[in-house]
Amino acid sequence: MSGASDSYLTHTRGFWSWALTLDHKRIGIMYMVGILGSFLLGGIFALIVRTELATPGPTIMGFPDAASEASPAEQAAENMVAIAPSSTTGRDLYNHMFTLHGAVMIFLVIIPGIPAVLGNFVLPLMLGAKDVAFPRLNLASFYLWLFGAIFFVVTLHTGGLDTGWTFYTPYSTSTNSAVVTAVLGAFILGFSSIFTGINFIVTVHKLRPAGMTWFKMPLFVWSLYATAIIQVLATPVLGITLLLLAAERLMGLGFFDPKYGGNPILFQHFFWFYSHPAVYIMILPGMGIISEVVSVFSRKHIFGYQFIAFSSVAIALLGFLVWGHHMFVSGMTPLAAMVFSALTFSVSIPSAIKVFNWLATMYKGSIGLATPMCYALAFIFLFGIGGLTGLFLGTLSVDVHLTDTYFVVAHFHYVMFGGTLIAFLAGLHYWWPKMTGRMFSDVAGRWACFIIFVGFNLTFFPQFLLGTRGMPRRYYDYSGLLDSHPEFALLNLLSTIGAYTTAVGLVAAAICLLHSLWRGRPAPANPWGGGSMEWQCPSPPPHDNFPKTPPVRDPYDFSYLAYVGPDRGFVPQT
Amino acid sequence: MTFLPWNLSLGTRTAAGLIFGQSGGSFWMPPPSATSAIWVDRAFYFILYVSTFFFLLIVTLMTFFVIRYRRREGLGPQRSPHHHLALELTWSGIPLLLVIAMFGLGFAGYIDMRTPPRGAYEIRVSGQKWNWSFQYPNGYVDTNLHVPIDVPVKLTMSSKDVIHSLFIPAFRIKQDLLPDRYTTMWFTATRPGEYDLLCAEYCGTSHSEMLAKVIVHRPGEFEAWLQEAQKRRQNLSPVELGRELYLYAPGGCAVCHSIDGTRKVGPSFKGIYGQIHEFENAPPTLVDDNYIRESILNPSAKIRKGYPDQMTVYKGQLSDEQITALIEYIKTLK
Repeated sequence: MSGASDSYLTHTRGFWSWALTLDHKRIGIMYMVGILGSFLLGGIFALIVRTELATPGPTIMGFPDAASEASPAEQAAENMVAIAPSSTTGRDLYNHMFTLHGAVMIFLVIIPGIPAVLGNFVLPLMLGAKDVAFPRLNLASFYLWLFGAIFFVVTLHTGGLDTGWTFYTPYSTSTNSAVVTAVLGAFILGFSSIFTGINFIVTVHKLRPAGMTWFKMPLFVWSLYATAIIQVLATPVLGITLLLLAAERLMGLGFFDPKYGGNPILFQHFFWFYSHPAVYIMILPGMGIISEVVSVFSRKHIFGYQFIAFSSVAIALLGFLVWGHHMFVSGMTPLAAMVFSALTFSVSIPSAIKVFNWLATMYKGSIGLATPMCYALAFIFLFGIGGLTGLFLGTLSVDVHLTDTYFVVAHFHYVMFGGTLIAFLAGLHYWWPKMTGRMFSDVAGRWACFIIFVGFNLTFFPQFLLGTRGMPRRYYDYSGLLDSHPEFALLNLLSTIGAYTTAVGLVAAAICLLHSLWRGRPAPANPWGGGSMEWQCPSPPPHDNFPKTPPVRDPYDFSYLAYVGPDRGFVPQT
Repeated sequence: MTFLPWNLSLGTRTAAGLIFGQSGGSFWMPPPSATSAIWVDRAFYFILYVSTFFFLLIVTLMTFFVIRYRRREGLGPQRSPHHHLALELTWSGIPLLLVIAMFGLGFAGYIDMRTPPRGAYEIRVSGQKWNWSFQYPNGYVDTNLHVPIDVPVKLTMSSKDVIHSLFIPAFRIKQDLLPDRYTTMWFTATRPGEYDLLCAEYCGTSHSEMLAKVIVHRPGEFEAWLQEAQKRRQNLSPVELGRELYLYAPGGCAVCHSIDGTRKVGPSFKGIYGQIHEFENAPPTLVDDNYIRESILNPSAKIRKGYPDQMTVYKGQLSDEQITALIEYIKTLK
């Protein structure tokens, strides 16, 4: 990467200059490589799961165990029925695959995703700072993430994991897969998350430049701040819960398994006390990115800045009080269910406010459809469906019917994939020129976005129908349901075709971005016309970001920027 | 492993099922077949209409703005306010009122679902990896749930191992079964017929095969069926009783052991009586009456080579008479 004489990429050279770097930008890039690698792994697991479900009965995982110690009579019989009834091995393999897909995607990809990659890279730049508040802690967070990821890889080789990513007891205390390794991995990843949270909170409090008051911060910073609060307050609860689970398995201490005198519902309370707020760890930074992108590409000041900022904080705080809505059919009292349902609906309002604000921002704008904006529009569409289908699940009586069915699977993929990951892609394309100093092909980027959008809907929309008609989640085989629901075969096949289409789109996006590293034209400092500070340093930024902190402006006032062609991008007019 | 999963008639039924739902059902939901379904469907359709309206509103506005305000040469953004308090309060307030209505509808239905009427007909349910058993007031146990029509039925449920969840889509009801306490659910079936009953909480290897049927009997036919079934069970020979137990007992053997030589979770029963088996943790042993008895009551004592130590302990769950019947039945499996 040539161009700027001293960018953070060329400042020092060699393996150790990266491995021991304290530069938030390099740490962000290392996270990006690790997290996108994990995303590839989790995506492969997803394709395996979808391929198995493409047809009723065993599809790719139905082969009988070759190493079985069967008598000759049994073996003869087995050969005769080799492909008819689904073998134990195929079922167990499927259970491992969906568990690993969930665990890898949640713990290694979506939870750290936006804060660790884009937050790390952009937050100090947006504040005009040289780095985060604690650069060494930042590097430690990365190595904890790596260490936790290694535990997950070890899990793969030591018996796998078949509990579902939720580790529900007493299944998780009685299965013979590698639960302890996996929960220790998640425990370590939790600390990575806590450290990043602490780092960001202190950075936002202490490193804002003179003149940048709270309400002059870019909204992405607000969303990272709200996220960091949840990371710091909720993650320790998960840590303790997973340690208790490990202790129960290793030492037979009775916490959750009735066999040892424990209470299985207690685990669900502990688990969701973290894991529901964790959903907001995943989505809030995504909303922050969309606020930036919609405003910049509409050339309009963001509408209702304060409502958006406060809605992030409101979601973060209310998110702590709704965990019970995962447990409406676990046998909780109607009073508790009533309170959790009411609080759940209260979270829907701040989310709706954000969507309306984005639309109002576009009103009377000058809307350019570059790749990041295409992803942002896809986000509004998909998150709209994801958010609205949440209303069904928050409604007590309807949740009783829909919980633990494919409706839930579709809902959270619309929010987590259609929301968080699409926002991640929006942000990745938006800041890619800043991170790498290269412009990608906008045409290719938009095509990839379109393929992902079509494939995504084809994958997950049929799952809503599967759910309302009664197909439970985590089913290896649905041939037992075909008598009453012959349409399940077609709906599942469509979903699988959609999954492969999505994969093609993601590969296209990856090629588009990677291609730019070699063939992309050099990026100007401000290719999109952003008003926040990161666009005022060169692309890629120098090691120290800014020689002198730039003057603080309203980040959503673009009136002083003028476009002067693709080579120089947007420049301030004086 | 047929790659095209449906033949022509299945294809037709698929298309019909997809567009019209099942007979009496809708595009989204199976036909409502219990009083609880009416509550759920009412709330479901209210939310569906409201959400569809808002979704179309959002997408229409978005598309309109993208086209109307697309970037054009020499034409910048127009001025408009950065915020508008009255507008923002309106679009917070209207959704708030709508979600309060949703909450109310859902709560009313939920309270109804969780409050069995006094005098409901009681059936005990036990869930275990990976089947169901339903015990009627006269002691008869079945693997399918038979119920009378138009009579409130209350299920008192517990699990023998991990958490399961009993789900009847046609009735729109679902409730987890826990290993350390009883949970209850109730319903009044309103349409005679056969419906799917599924396990909805992931419970391991054969979770997707933990299926049963709900059979709703026409008026007056339920009592007759129950007496008949009970009488048939009482007049069985040991071999016949063993076969019934193999198929239908709580945690029936058939879930994990085949009788045709197929490998399932555990070894097949076919022809094992009189063979000498090898074990992971014991010297080779002859399969005789005592070995079978030990394997039922204390399965971990001898783990068959090549199989996991997964079997449920049946100590205290089967009578001597039942164990003898199972042994007699296994003897007949040549």
